[in-house]
Amino acid sequence: MHELAVTESVLRIALDAAEKNDAARVTDIYLTIGRLSSIVDDSVQFYWDHISKETICAGATLHFNRPPAVLHCLDCGQDYAMEDFLEPCPNCGSVNIRVISGEELQVDHIDIQRKEEQ
Amino acid sequence: MTKSVEIVQNVLDSNDRIAAGNKEIFNAHQIFAINMMASPGAGKTSFILRTIEKLPKGIRLGVIEGDTAPVTIDSDKVVAAGMPAVQINTGGNCHLDAVMLEQGIKALPLEDLDLVIVENVGNLICPAAFKLGTHINILVASIPEGDDKPYKYPAIYRGVDVLIINKIDLLPYIDFRMDYFKAGVEMLNPDLRTFVVSCKTGEGMDAWVSWLAAQVNAVKNK
Repeated sequence: MHELAVTESVLRIALDAAEKNDAARVTDIYLTIGRLSSIVDDSVQFYWDHISKETICAGATLHFNRPPAVLHCLDCGQDYAMEDFLEPCPNCGSVNIRVISGEELQVDHIDIQRKEEQ
Repeated sequence: MTKSVEIVQNVLDSNDRIAAGNKEIFNAHQIFAINMMASPGAGKTSFILRTIEKLPKGIRLGVIEGDTAPVTIDSDKVVAAGMPAVQINTGGNCHLDAVMLEQGIKALPLEDLDLVIVENVGNLICPAAFKLGTHINILVASIPEGDDKPYKYPAIYRGVDVLIINKIDLLPYIDFRMDYFKAGVEMLNPDLRTFVVSCKTGEGMDAWVSWLAAQVNAVKNK
């Protein structure tokens, strides 16, 4: 349920950027959330619908980019994606691996409508 | 017509900035600070109490207890053991964040402390995302939780500096494959510093406390 705190941060970041750019309305928000970030999209969406009410972000569509975790095997050099469950290297069975990506939790960009365009 | 505004900002940036401020407060007082995370029932409070027992004289400890409800059971135990403790009630929230910790820090007698242990809310998911500004994060895992936890909760194993494996005295009674557990940890956090302990029997606590005392003294003598 830490999605509430995460969603509040997303809203704050979007509102800040909207204000700096003279936005009348925010229409879309693009997020990248790696699979290792333990965030549930539906939960973010649920909180979003509530907390964005009565802001210029109300009704904005959230777009979730959910890249898988990518792991690299130090023994055989294989890169592989982790979907839902952590696994040793599928090529050689080694646990001598490194997590390369999958921990992203960021706002990439937002789409806005400017005030003068209304 | 819509216009695209590039942002590329970590969602938890504002938390991380406050966490950095907390760390400065600890450093200014030459206090070594620990964020302790675990599932409910892993033995966090028992581990703190055992640590208090073994801690060399001269190391002054303060504890910040995070709890979801306004109960002071945990902080009362620490106070009974002779150490200052502050309870933060998260109001049902599942984790501590840097702002809540800032409040907790202000309520402790910092001038009189060398070590602060923050007992986070019992939860293996949410606390992992929020930096608090401590010097290290530790995870207390325990044998009865099962050996698959690194596989099911990878994020928390990724973000810790020290792993405590508690309730080792229960190993004969529980199907816990230590090799399988450790393989999971190795994949997520290679060479993670690990102490295997029992808060019940005291096994392994000396090694932990002597490592901890060395960290505290390093910060104290800076």
